[in-house]
Amino acid sequence: MTTYEAIIGLEIHIQLLTKSKAYCSDLAEYGALPNTQVSPISLAHPGTLPKHNKEVIEKAIMMGLALNCNITRNNRFDRKNYFYADLPKGYQITQDQTPICTGGFVSIKNKDGEEKSIRITRIHMEEDSGKSMHDQDLNDTLVDYNRAGVPLIELVSEPDLKSAEEAYEYVSEMRKLVRYLGICDGNMEEGSLRCDANVSIRPVGTTTFGTKVEIKNMNSISNVKRAIESEIIRQTELLNSGQTFVSETRGFNALKGQTFSMRTKEAANDYRYFPEPDLPPFIVSDAYLQQLTESLPSLPHQLYNRLKNELSLPEYDAKTITEDKDLTNYFLNITEHTSNYKSAANWTLGTIKSYLNEQAMHINDFHLNASKIAELIALIDLDKLSNSSASQLVFPELVKNPNESVLSIAERLNVIQTNDVNLISGIIAEVLAKYPDKVEEYKNGKKGLLGLFVGEVMKASKGKADPKTVNTEVIKALS
Amino acid sequence: MQITDEKINQLAHLSRLTFDNNEKAKIKQDLERILELCESLNKIDTEGVEPLIHMTNSVNIVREDNPHQEFSREELLKNAPKKDSDYFRVPKVIEQAK
Repeated sequence: MTTYEAIIGLEIHIQLLTKSKAYCSDLAEYGALPNTQVSPISLAHPGTLPKHNKEVIEKAIMMGLALNCNITRNNRFDRKNYFYADLPKGYQITQDQTPICTGGFVSIKNKDGEEKSIRITRIHMEEDSGKSMHDQDLNDTLVDYNRAGVPLIELVSEPDLKSAEEAYEYVSEMRKLVRYLGICDGNMEEGSLRCDANVSIRPVGTTTFGTKVEIKNMNSISNVKRAIESEIIRQTELLNSGQTFVSETRGFNALKGQTFSMRTKEAANDYRYFPEPDLPPFIVSDAYLQQLTESLPSLPHQLYNRLKNELSLPEYDAKTITEDKDLTNYFLNITEHTSNYKSAANWTLGTIKSYLNEQAMHINDFHLNASKIAELIALIDLDKLSNSSASQLVFPELVKNPNESVLSIAERLNVIQTNDVNLISGIIAEVLAKYPDKVEEYKNGKKGLLGLFVGEVMKASKGKADPKTVNTEVIKALS
Repeated sequence: MQITDEKINQLAHLSRLTFDNNEKAKIKQDLERILELCESLNKIDTEGVEPLIHMTNSVNIVREDNPHQEFSREELLKNAPKKDSDYFRVPKVIEQAK
């Protein structure tokens, strides 16, 4: 049987987070009542003219800069003509000839954990269409134009992805990037990030491309992975059994975990692209490009490197924290008040993250000042507080009383540890007196019993004795 | 340039129009005359001349990202041939087989 390799290219549509639409001032919010965010321009009334939204151009360029692209200096716009009820003008404004960004690359981790560079073909600006509903009425299709004209960028990759896992990593990386840049909320379920995949397979070692299938309607990152996986299996099975298949568009049924044929379009679409005369060109000047380059926020891989190299965090911690821009900011805020970075990472990924999960809360709604976490860390490092009482007792109380000092809460809860040797020795003497036979066994060589004594002393001190002091003192008492 | 029946059918499909045979013949004639007229432009030497896309030399005409809703839904639905209180209504558009 022939071994095949997959060749995958992805097209991602990114809905830009602007307040108004791309070419007119209608609101661009998600979820408004139908047809309440429209105007004569978005409805294409005769005589209306489009006008660029500054913010759209800026966000498109930021994405290009983040992906190391060349920024096109002289931008023109084109009309992509097709006749459909969700497109009132009869054409979509897009950039066919002069995509605002070309070239570029993004790094992802492949399955062996190695960096792999995926080349970007182009990014261009365009506008979204309205929404048609076919199943609400027996005879009519209902159309809502709120989305018509909402700004999009389309991001096209080279066919550099070799597996469903790599496609998953790529989309995750893009989603992380758009969130870091604040140009899109990255919500695939609501359609603000949409992904289409071009998938083909070929015998390993060959260089020609096989028949290409386009998969649409994958509304989550894990579905992108599942859809590509199942499509690769389908194509492999067909070729192995001597069959061929056609180049077509397929949808993905998430329940069955399979792709299915969508009706192929009769006669290839003829979009009759031509230049959009209603929009003047946009020229990106040196000064403007410089200004945008300087305003670019730290990117996930830069922060990852900083956490890993400058703050010496383990790879896992650095990766997990930088998954989320806001979590990273919180973590960095803690590190401004403590030099125990590893502990700050543990708090961020442990107690804080589980608290957020339990409360179904986002870090931005978590109002505890990061310096309080540093106070907790400081008390632990001074052996005044055990890790478990800090996270299980003090932290929940601190969240309820964010203005109280950590020390005062710990005192109030009576969980400050003591390393008062006299006090601890007293407790040790009591414990040892309770277990004369175990003491005997220990002295006869059963050293494993040390843990039992320490545990009993800790229990008798109600967790307040400093475990390190207890350990030393127990050994001393037994020798 | 000859306009074929195939071309007429394709253009009709793209613009979602239907013609009977008499109309087709007439449109064919019209289109051929339009193309003929356009072909006269080929007599001009356009070597090195950039296509004229815009009627002015304006560039970088942009607006701030400030949303603005001028008209109500009711007003905007007014001109639609078919509508209800919330939606524009159009004939059922499900991808049609040939």
